[in-house]
Amino acid sequence: MRVELRDIRKVFGAVKANDGISLTLESGKIYALVGENGAGKSTLMKILSGYQPPTSGEILLDDQPVRFQSPADALAQGVGMLYQDPLDMPPFRVIDNYLLGRDSRLVLDYKTARDELAQLAARYGFDIDPNATIDSLSMGQRQQLELVRLLAGGAQVLILDEPTTGISAEQKEILFESMRRMTNEEGKTVILVSHKLEEVQELCIHAYVLRRGKMVGGQSLPCGNELLVEMMFGHMPQRSRRPLFQLGQPVLELRDVTISTYELTVPDINLSVRAGEVFGFAGLEGSGQRLVMQVCAGLMAPSKGQVYIGGQDVTGWNYHRMQAHGMGYVAAGRLEEGLVAGLSLTEHLVLARPEKQFFIDWKANETEMSQRISTYQIVGRPETTADALSGGNQQRLLFSLLNTPLKLLLLEHPTRGLDVRSADYTWQLLYQRREHGTAILFISADLDEIIAHSDRIAVFSGGRMSRVVEAAQTTAEELGHLIGGQA
Amino acid sequence: MNQARTSGASWIARVWPLVPVVAALLFTSGLLLLFHASPGEAYRAMWDGAFGTPDKILSVVAFWIPMVLCSVGLLVTFTAGLWNIGVEGQIVLGAICASWVALRLSGPAWLLIPLEIGAAMLGGALWAAIAAVLKTRGKVNEIFGGLALNNLAIILTNYLISGPWQPPEGGTFRGTAPFQDAALLPRFLESRFSPLSLVLAGLAFAAVFFILRGTTWGLKLKALGKNPHSAFLLGVSSERETVLAMMFCGALAGLGGAVRVLSWFDSLRQSISGGIGFLSLLIVMLAAYRILLVPFIAFFFSVVLNGSITLQLKTQLHSALGGILTGVMVLFVLLFGSAKQLGIGKTRAGSGDAPEAIPAAPADSIAGDISTHARGGD
Amino acid sequence: MNDSQLIAVLASIVLQASPLIIAVCGEILTERSGIVNLSLDGTMLMSAMTGFVVGMQTDNYWLGFLAAAVVGAIFAAIVAFGSIRLGQSQVAIGFVLTLLGDDLSAFLGQNYVRMTGAVVPRAGIPLLKDLPILGPILFNQNIVVYFAILLIVATWWWLNRTQAGLRLRGAGERPTAAFARGVDVNRVRYLYTILGGALVGIAGAAYSLNVKIGWSDGHVRGFGWIALAIVIFGGWSPIRGAFGALLFGATKALATVLQRAFPEVSVVAFNAIPWALMILVLLAVGSDYTERFIEVMPRRWQRPLRRILRVSPPMALGTAFHEG
Repeated sequence: MRVELRDIRKVFGAVKANDGISLTLESGKIYALVGENGAGKSTLMKILSGYQPPTSGEILLDDQPVRFQSPADALAQGVGMLYQDPLDMPPFRVIDNYLLGRDSRLVLDYKTARDELAQLAARYGFDIDPNATIDSLSMGQRQQLELVRLLAGGAQVLILDEPTTGISAEQKEILFESMRRMTNEEGKTVILVSHKLEEVQELCIHAYVLRRGKMVGGQSLPCGNELLVEMMFGHMPQRSRRPLFQLGQPVLELRDVTISTYELTVPDINLSVRAGEVFGFAGLEGSGQRLVMQVCAGLMAPSKGQVYIGGQDVTGWNYHRMQAHGMGYVAAGRLEEGLVAGLSLTEHLVLARPEKQFFIDWKANETEMSQRISTYQIVGRPETTADALSGGNQQRLLFSLLNTPLKLLLLEHPTRGLDVRSADYTWQLLYQRREHGTAILFISADLDEIIAHSDRIAVFSGGRMSRVVEAAQTTAEELGHLIGGQA
Repeated sequence: MNQARTSGASWIARVWPLVPVVAALLFTSGLLLLFHASPGEAYRAMWDGAFGTPDKILSVVAFWIPMVLCSVGLLVTFTAGLWNIGVEGQIVLGAICASWVALRLSGPAWLLIPLEIGAAMLGGALWAAIAAVLKTRGKVNEIFGGLALNNLAIILTNYLISGPWQPPEGGTFRGTAPFQDAALLPRFLESRFSPLSLVLAGLAFAAVFFILRGTTWGLKLKALGKNPHSAFLLGVSSERETVLAMMFCGALAGLGGAVRVLSWFDSLRQSISGGIGFLSLLIVMLAAYRILLVPFIAFFFSVVLNGSITLQLKTQLHSALGGILTGVMVLFVLLFGSAKQLGIGKTRAGSGDAPEAIPAAPADSIAGDISTHARGGD
Repeated sequence: MNDSQLIAVLASIVLQASPLIIAVCGEILTERSGIVNLSLDGTMLMSAMTGFVVGMQTDNYWLGFLAAAVVGAIFAAIVAFGSIRLGQSQVAIGFVLTLLGDDLSAFLGQNYVRMTGAVVPRAGIPLLKDLPILGPILFNQNIVVYFAILLIVATWWWLNRTQAGLRLRGAGERPTAAFARGVDVNRVRYLYTILGGALVGIAGAAYSLNVKIGWSDGHVRGFGWIALAIVIFGGWSPIRGAFGALLFGATKALATVLQRAFPEVSVVAFNAIPWALMILVLLAVGSDYTERFIEVMPRRWQRPLRRILRVSPPMALGTAFHEG
């Protein structure tokens, strides 16, 4: 089935998630859709798969314009999407999950469903017990099932969203085989949304690159990773002139740390960050950098290895204890994970104080907050509620609440959603902290930022941390390789 | 033109809070007409029942006090995002503990009464602690934990009344043996009102007011109720504060139970809590979780409910009418309040005049207590 | 106690438990769709009163049941509407309705206290009722009991063997995924909340027309809360819920028997059992002890054990759903 997207736009308030995107997909081919986080890939695919409507623009299937009312409607017309977290029903049995929404007959026909599942299993090479419950399966198996359900539901166009995160190598091979068979033998169209450039090169014939809501262009594959990286991130930025700083002793040390979760295993992390150093974690989301940071913050315990802060073994310490020991953590979701909507700035200050007094001296706290407001240039008053501030000011507020001095400061996406001025000012504030000997570790999806501000960089890909590179000496090519998963 | 529209809109905004109240009165009047009774007569009977004689007024005040105690206590748990349905059981436990002192110890009043008060607050706090720990450690939602504990408290009461604490002339299942005089709270004249209980209620009110406005603990609870995750990152321990908040409310509820058993009654009775716990939940909801409104709304409840008893005596109409009036009022406030919030008429949220919405009740997280699936939610 | 007495007791337990079973099945449907109808106690009081009064006035218990079903549906509709359309807390609205139902039923039913009215007659099933043991217990009862038995089967079948049941469960477990499969989540929630409410209404009337005949103040107070508890510790399954209801009835019957046997142990101990049991089961649900227990069992038993012991609530219970 031939798919054409014409000038798709999707607007959320002031944000242009998709800003006039057009592309064409021919049957029987595997395409790649790449771009950094926030580029608009998932928005676009959600529109194509019927999950949400576009603000404007057209979708054409086999040159017929179509409108989707819901994902089920889209599937009925031939478009199915496999989400990174498959939209299945964990407590259901495999067979019930398969049958949900399959047709409108009242009584469930288990016999036919079992036969169908067996056939599909044989065709696509997997083996799953129909009576097992979904939540007892591995992620790879759940994906297989969802894929099979979409195919059985008549999908001619399949969108796969980051399908290889969290599945075994064996399951990956099976998946790739299926994808090849679907396109070569059955003429289906497949779109692979992925940040693993290696796999994209292996499977796909053409890549579409999005950046900041716009279509940057297409590239036939295979090609060199740097080409893709440059399209995804733009030109390699110049390093900004920064005052030289004398780095001190190691503050944060990770020795042989391994982290295991349901989705991902991050093995053998060895890392050391010195006082006054700015260390950047690059790589696209879900590659393990957040997990490492959470271990450093005490929000998660490593399954192996030790963590040291300021020479002290803090492995297994919980968050509050680490906080008391000089660790500061600023999460990515400002209102969801750091600020409380409905509480005023002064109230946040009272809560954030390390030594808490029983009785609140509102006057003193208000005065203190006013001082911090002017120091951090927050546009707001002590009595303003946190949710009334703009994103940039919320970020400044979060910084103003951090203790001083800190031994270690952990930041997730410190300038996400901020305009250039706010982002610059954020970094000025961060540089000031270096004077106190604070070691700064930050995650960012913006390569510009990583290169401009880090002293050293580590890249995460598929749960593995690359070798550490000096920011001043790295090149676009090197980073591109690292992001794509090559050593 | 713009002027007219904005003044029109703000007129509605100001009048709107009264709509559910008026609607409730209309509803109740409608019921009365259904029974061929005159609403005017009925309301007059209720008024008489509440304010007719000095004795009646004192009864209204006496009934009002335990409700104030429970309501201000519930404000603390609501602030922390908890549905403390178990407050009824906490009242009962407070009454039981006070009764234990009254029946098993002897001494002068100035010794007994503080002991009773202390025991009652301790009993209520511990009973609440059970529900709290069931929630924090056992992931048992506090609604069902509270429900079970309410019933267990009642069963315990019945056991005590018909068993070890039964009156000397034999168990009547109505109440225990009457308490010694020294154990009872000093009453005003012959009424059920004890000025001491008014002082206690005033202290409780002041304490809660101060806690919620002027202490770090109160602020922690507020953060916890609004955003547990951010609160955690700001240093608030959800487990510790949940347990403390529940214990605090339990202590005040227990105190209410003591007031009931030591002044309203003179012994431990079967329905010692008198539904006061549940009524207090309604009071707080109707007051939109604002402490300054709570005593007034509680007084209104006391007036209506006490007045209804006279209503029944005078007009043969069931006294449940009072409960209907108050209940319907809360229901309409919940329904109408949200309707306004969602914008009747086309103006969506985000327009100039932010509606004075009912602050959201704690989120329903019945299944949220139990994270049966290792991976987080969607 | 001799055999015929035992059989009589068992038959009585079944009779007493039937209204509870009906209410439990109704609430299971509601909660499986994702809505908690906390107003059950008030609904049952109102519908018990309504059923009795209408049955008495018309001398026709069928109309009584119908009226009661309508009352139950209305209460449930308020909860659903308040939650889905107005975004209010299900717990808040349900709770207010519980208290309101109590007061409203007392007021509206005040002239009908202790009167006699329509009663559901005994209707033994020919042939079946003469079976040994099971006969008198299950088949020499009345239509309410038969309805309850059929309802258990029907509810189970609907939930587990029909497409509609899958959609219902999907709406309650993972509304976003259900939406992706074409389920109109809010419509499903309205439908089953109201249907569940109607069943609870029937259950209320089943008390006043059948088990605890007549009407008086606070007639069936407490049974709605018990039904809510049974839904939970029956793991949101109609069959286990029915067992729970029978167990509850049995503990009451047992209480009288054991009371005679052990007069020193007070009746309160037995009254406390259902509530203590509820807490224990809720603890088991929330902990991972069940999982650990299953893991030490022989492999072959693990899957069926997991099915039987699975008591997790619908994941989206109590949450709001917004499309897109």
